[in-house]
Formats: sequence, C-alpha cells, structure tokens
Amino acid sequence: MSTFWSIWIIVFTAITIVGCTWLLFANRKVEVSDDTKEGEAPKTGHVYDGIEEYDNPLPGWWFKMFVGTVVFGVIYLVLYPGLGNFGGVLGWTQVGQWEEEVAEAEAKYAPLYEQYSETPVEELIANPEAMKMSRRLFNNNCAVCHGSDGRGSYGFPNLADSDWLYGGSVEDIKTTLVNGRQGAMPALGGALGEDGVDNVAEYVFKISGREHDAKKAEAGSQLFATYCAACHGADGTGNKMLGAPNLTDGIWLYGGSPTLVRHTIRNGRNGNMPAQADKLKAEKIHLLTAYVYSLSKNQ
Amino acid sequence: MKHEIVEKNIGLMIVLIVVAISFGGLTQIIPLFWQNQTTQPVEGLEPLGPLALEGRDIYIREGCHVCHTQMVRPLRAETERYGHYSVAGEHVYEHPFLWGSKRTGPDLARVGGRYSDDWQRAHLYNPRDVVPESNMPAFPWLFENTLTGKDTAAKMKALRTVGVPYSDEDIANAAAPFANGEVKEIDALVVYLQQLGTLLTQKR
Repeated sequence: MSTFWSIWIIVFTAITIVGCTWLLFANRKVEVSDDTKEGEAPKTGHVYDGIEEYDNPLPGWWFKMFVGTVVFGVIYLVLYPGLGNFGGVLGWTQVGQWEEEVAEAEAKYAPLYEQYSETPVEELIANPEAMKMSRRLFNNNCAVCHGSDGRGSYGFPNLADSDWLYGGSVEDIKTTLVNGRQGAMPALGGALGEDGVDNVAEYVFKISGREHDAKKAEAGSQLFATYCAACHGADGTGNKMLGAPNLTDGIWLYGGSPTLVRHTIRNGRNGNMPAQADKLKAEKIHLLTAYVYSLSKNQ
Repeated sequence: MKHEIVEKNIGLMIVLIVVAISFGGLTQIIPLFWQNQTTQPVEGLEPLGPLALEGRDIYIREGCHVCHTQMVRPLRAETERYGHYSVAGEHVYEHPFLWGSKRTGPDLARVGGRYSDDWQRAHLYNPRDVVPESNMPAFPWLFENTLTGKDTAAKMKALRTVGVPYSDEDIANAAAPFANGEVKEIDALVVYLQQLGTLLTQKR
C-alpha cells in the first residue's frame, strides 16, 4: 500500500474514533442524578397531546458500553492490522494464520502418508490401515465419477473388474492418475455414412459374440479394417497404448445397445481422466494407486 | 453542538448523516481502487473467450452463484478440499464477480479441470446420475438451447469499457465459435466451468 493511502486510512480512522468520542462527551448531560425527584427532571419542552418529553441523560450502562467499544477499537488497532501499513504489534496476518494451520496439520498428517510412500503397492494392498486411508482418499477424490464402489457408470470406467483401457499394472494405474488420460475416438459418421455405421456396428456385435446380421457384418468387416483396426486392432481386442477398448469382451463403457454402439461410431467418444499430479501429493497418489489396484485384485 | 440545532435543520442533518456514513467507505472501499492486490491480474489471467463468456452468463442466468460460491477462504479446511485460496487478482476482469455468499453446493472457484467435460455434462443433465445423494436441480434445457453469439461482441465491448482488455480482434471474432449453429448452452457452460481457478495450483 502506498504511503498516501496508508495515511489516508489512518487519518479517517482516527477522525472516526475521535469524532465518536467527542460526540458522546459533548452531548453528555449530568444534571440529573438518582436523587432527582419525580417531576423535577428537566424537560425538552416538546409536548405532544399533553405528553411531555424528559431531557434525561443517556443511561449509564449504555454510556459506558459506548466508551468500551471505543477502547476496544483502539486496542484492536494496536494489536491487529487495520491502520494502513501498520501491521499491528502481534504481527498477525490472514495468510500467516493459514500457513500456521497448514504447517500444524502437515506435521500431524504428513508422516501418516509418508510411512507408506516407499512401500510397494503389492504390499500395501495387504495392509488394512493403508487400505482404510486409501479408501477415504478414493471416496473424496475419485468416487464422484467412478462410484463409491469403484464400479463406474456410463462413460466412467469400472475399476473393480479386470478390464483396463490403459492397462492394469501398478505402473499403468499410477501413470493414469498422475498424467490423466485423454480418449480420442473420432466421429466416423461422416466417413462411413449411415449404412456404414450400421454395418460396422453389426460387425462389432459379431466379434463380441452377439446376435448380428451376417450380411451387414460381412460388409462391416471391410470398413472395420479400414477405419477401426488401427486403434482397436485387426481382431478388435483393443490397444492399451491408445486406450482403445477391447470390443470382444462384452464390456461396454458407453452402453452396448445397438443404438448406443451406433451412436459411439457415428459421433465418437472423448473420455477424459483429469490429471491429478498438480492436485494431489505424490504420497496420496501412491495410496490411491494401491486402492485402485486392490479393487481389481479383490475380484 | 446542541442536538436541537441538528434536529431542527433537516438539511444540516442530511449533510451530517452523509458525512458520518461515508467514512466507512472512505477508509474501507476507496483505497482498494488503487491497490495492486486488487487491480493487477494474477499471472496468466486472460479475459474470458467468447464461449466461456457466454457460459458465464448462463451460470448467472441459472443462478448457480446462489448455491455455489467462488471463493476459497484462507482456512486449512477449505484449501485442503478445494486447493489454493482465492486471491483478488484472479477476479479483476469479472464484472460482476460471482463470489457468492452461500454454499448449498460446494465452492466452484477451483472446479476447472477437476472433472472431465463428460462428467460436467452428465452432472448438469441430471446430477443424480453421477452423485446419487445430490440435491442440485437438473438443467436438461441447456442441451437443447442453441447459442447464436449475436450479443457476444456487444458484451465484450461493454466489458472493455469497464477495463477488461479485449482487443479489437477478440471483438471482431466474438461470434466465430457459434457460426456452425451447433453450439449448445451446455457447451459454453462447460468451457466456462473448466477454466475456473486453473491459474493457481496447490497440491493437497
């Protein structure tokens, strides 16, 4: 804050305090005491329908409380920031208080997380204490999309099965958590045309062992090789490097009904797992990795 | 000064009342217009793009700020949940700001990037689909209403007059993202939400 504004604030604050005090004392009346008899107290001279107004002083308790607030204000301004650049003799700041709170909590909680940071995930999943902690972390940070049981939902992968878009090894899970994932299934409606979409869908049903129209699937197989095999593989079993799902295992992230499969082919899908690296500390990500890993292990 | 003088001269009384109540503003409000903390943007702060700007207006229209604040206070319980506390420099281009004063739902000051676009869409279409215990209203009409962007340039111009540094180029291209006629209100709102509070990060 510049010196001008600092002085500005100090001057106006001082004027306010001094002004209030002056107003209080300047208008004080002391002519009336407890001994003043009924009817002898001075009157203001205002008469309304025969009712006269006493000119009594302010009640003592009220007057003293007013003085008290002035004293409180002065003491506060000496101790705490309020007068421009003067930070108060206590040196209190809002951010300083926050840093203190955080440091205190860190001292208490950081060791709880750090004790597991070097433990391999395979060992952590056998540790009930660590799993309890990681479950809470999961519920706070992951359950909103993946569900409190980790079984996902429409468009949000089930973490409690053995099917993994980007791989289910400890390293893969951690990479997913740290960097996030960006799915990129292009919209093929324009390239394939409505018949093409229909044919590819029938072919996808064929390779996943479902009921299908053989003739359409036959036509779809050519289109699949051209448009889909690059990511989903020639046999449709997917590619974990790209996060391309396995189409033959009967697990449908965006629904397996004919309408939804056709919609997926026509409009594409762009599932996104947000990166956690700049949100959560490494020790917490380590525990979450263990929790996600345990979900599929406990099948 | 005698009470009587003030009480019997209403003009004088008005003047004195104005003087008395203006002191609070003179000390607490006026200096803020000249503080770097409140007038300088944080590093990397850009005026909202056309989509985010329209999204912000939808946020206001639907009354999101009535139940969601955009103000993480410097208290550990809040920074632990939401991330870095809010600073004034993040809001210098906001007219009006949407800090809010009541949290029926969570604070949204740092919601940007926290969930995927798909999640935001699913959640706004029907919050119960992804958060079973939620009591937030559903906003399905956002998926039907199309934005034309016909007022976006005018909004940018208006904001420029109050100090938001939109360039002539920004204003000339304001309607471009809406040109294909397929931009729904939900698209703009999600763009707005996904940029909220992404400039300051802090690991929890």
